[in-house]
Amino acid sequence: MKTILEARNINKYFRKPVLFHVLKDINFKVNQGEFASIMGKSGCGKSTLLYILSTMDTGYEGDLYLNTELITGQENEKLSYIRNKHIGFVFQFHYLLSEFSVLENVMLPAKKLAEKSIEEIEYNAIEKLRILNIEHIAKKRASQISGGEKQRVAIARALINNPTIIMGDEPTGNLDSQNSDNVFNIFKQLSEEQGLSLLVVTHDQDFADKTDRIIQMGDGRIIN
Amino acid sequence: MVNKKVILNIAKTHLVTKIKQTATAALGVTFGIGSYITLVCFMTGLNGMLDDLILNQTPHIHIFNEIEPSKKQPTDLYFEFQNTLNIVHSIKPKQSQKRIHNALPIINYLNKDPKVKGAIPQIKEQIFYIAGSIELGGNLTGIDILQEVELFNFKDYVVKGSPQALKNNDNGILLGAGVAEKMSLDIGDRVQVSTIKGDVFPLKIVGLYQSGIADIDNIQSFANVKTVQRILGQAENYITDINVKLFNIEDAIPLAQKIEQQFQLKAIDIKTANAQFETGTTIRNLITYAVSITLLIVAGFGIYNILNMMIYEKMNDIAILKAIGFSGKDVQFIFMSQAMIIGAVGGSLGLLIGFGLSHLIGSLPFETEALPTISTYPINHNPWFYIIGFSFAMISTFLAGYLPSKKAKKIDPVRIIRGQ
Repeated sequence: MKTILEARNINKYFRKPVLFHVLKDINFKVNQGEFASIMGKSGCGKSTLLYILSTMDTGYEGDLYLNTELITGQENEKLSYIRNKHIGFVFQFHYLLSEFSVLENVMLPAKKLAEKSIEEIEYNAIEKLRILNIEHIAKKRASQISGGEKQRVAIARALINNPTIIMGDEPTGNLDSQNSDNVFNIFKQLSEEQGLSLLVVTHDQDFADKTDRIIQMGDGRIIN
Repeated sequence: MVNKKVILNIAKTHLVTKIKQTATAALGVTFGIGSYITLVCFMTGLNGMLDDLILNQTPHIHIFNEIEPSKKQPTDLYFEFQNTLNIVHSIKPKQSQKRIHNALPIINYLNKDPKVKGAIPQIKEQIFYIAGSIELGGNLTGIDILQEVELFNFKDYVVKGSPQALKNNDNGILLGAGVAEKMSLDIGDRVQVSTIKGDVFPLKIVGLYQSGIADIDNIQSFANVKTVQRILGQAENYITDINVKLFNIEDAIPLAQKIEQQFQLKAIDIKTANAQFETGTTIRNLITYAVSITLLIVAGFGIYNILNMMIYEKMNDIAILKAIGFSGKDVQFIFMSQAMIIGAVGGSLGLLIGFGLSHLIGSLPFETEALPTISTYPINHNPWFYIIGFSFAMISTFLAGYLPSKKAKKIDPVRIIRGQ
């Protein structure tokens, strides 16, 4: 199996207010098409780990590989490009640009990547919305749709550049069980049908149980 | 390029959805630029008018025979006193004539110089205006009227009658408005003038002259060169002054020096004669720019403030944009372009408002006894003011946008996303 994401000896310290060793020697891999979840108690460092893996947090020790390419120590511009092209994000809070329409929100990362024409991007965006069954709200403003819809729009946005991995920070944390199941099914489908890797931080035991693999964390270490 | 378009589109959406804030910021610039344009057009217009008032009728070089003592007294020349200290008391001016020797050939010579627009003769003479038993002191200047009109805008100062009428009448006089008022005279009347020697001549008033400077209007009158020569009983080559107008005023100083050396006459250039006007102009310009810059700085702080607030409001958006692959530079560009759009829109509006306001001022009636040629407030519409104003708007908004946008560039998305 091809390795998509690999972390080697990741250590992270918080220096304020007092020196605190958050992540202690983290080693793990995510393979292609794998649906992994990270679980652990609050404060065990799972979100911190996710933001390091996402390339947004660069203040750590150790090496991080994406598609067997070393990412640690790259220029900020290059990291932005990697996030844009290879990584899709879904957050607990929906984080859409509220002044733009749903369609524009979904199109934005692709416009930034600028590998396709606007017409193609729009076609792809509508396609993604259709897969997620929210095609009908494409023209609405992002601030005018419901929470469940927002989360699906965020997923569509994460998918627009056909990334190699999708990362989620409690993507269902704010949703009721029905919407939560909905999001899980979408993720499951993506990993099975399109061979997409997924790495999701969650508190929801039911959600985690249904994933391929659970990475349990405690006190800054991977327990299993 | 596509990237820039996407970023500009985001900037535009932010501005449009926060239209009130945008408008407030832009209005700050509009107000600043508008008042700059109004102020500078009005002030320089006024400056120009005041300068013209004096400079237009002043020759660039004025050539005459100065009455002064000899620089070298005879004792200095005597070889036996060479190594002694000579003190001469009560030195008197040298006995010399008022007329310029060989004036007509000098005028011809000057007129051939390519730098010279025109050199014209004048005869200045002190006379008395006689009204019954009262004698009023005054100056009568003999002029070549048509050339004066052409070179020194003389026509502007003839408030009644016409320069042509003087040309056509050998016994005509253009009487100073102040003199005419004192003596209750008007066009068509006769005035008697007496020379210092006591000869009395009647002259016909063909027009009234008003320079706007009361001290001059109360004494000065003009007649043809020939008329004055006849009154004085002098020949046709009797000329006391030569006035020179140049194509380029900057040539005045070197040419004046050259004439002094070449003809041993006194030649005063316009810069020496009117140095205080340049100083006044410079100081008024300084005040204009100081006020304008203050206004623009205030507008700049307005923009700075509003962009800062916008960035605080848009923290989430900035974090999302960074998370989905926009770099710090892209984010900075969003806020910079917002500042520049505000600057460009506000600045253009300011130019329009400034144009309108200065036009309005320029159409207000402004009539004063002192300035016969002016009927409305003077306005100077120099295109440079508009170019400077617009550049200033862009530069100040650039500076005002730079710091906040730099902050936006540095925002750590992780902190924002985790902070909620």
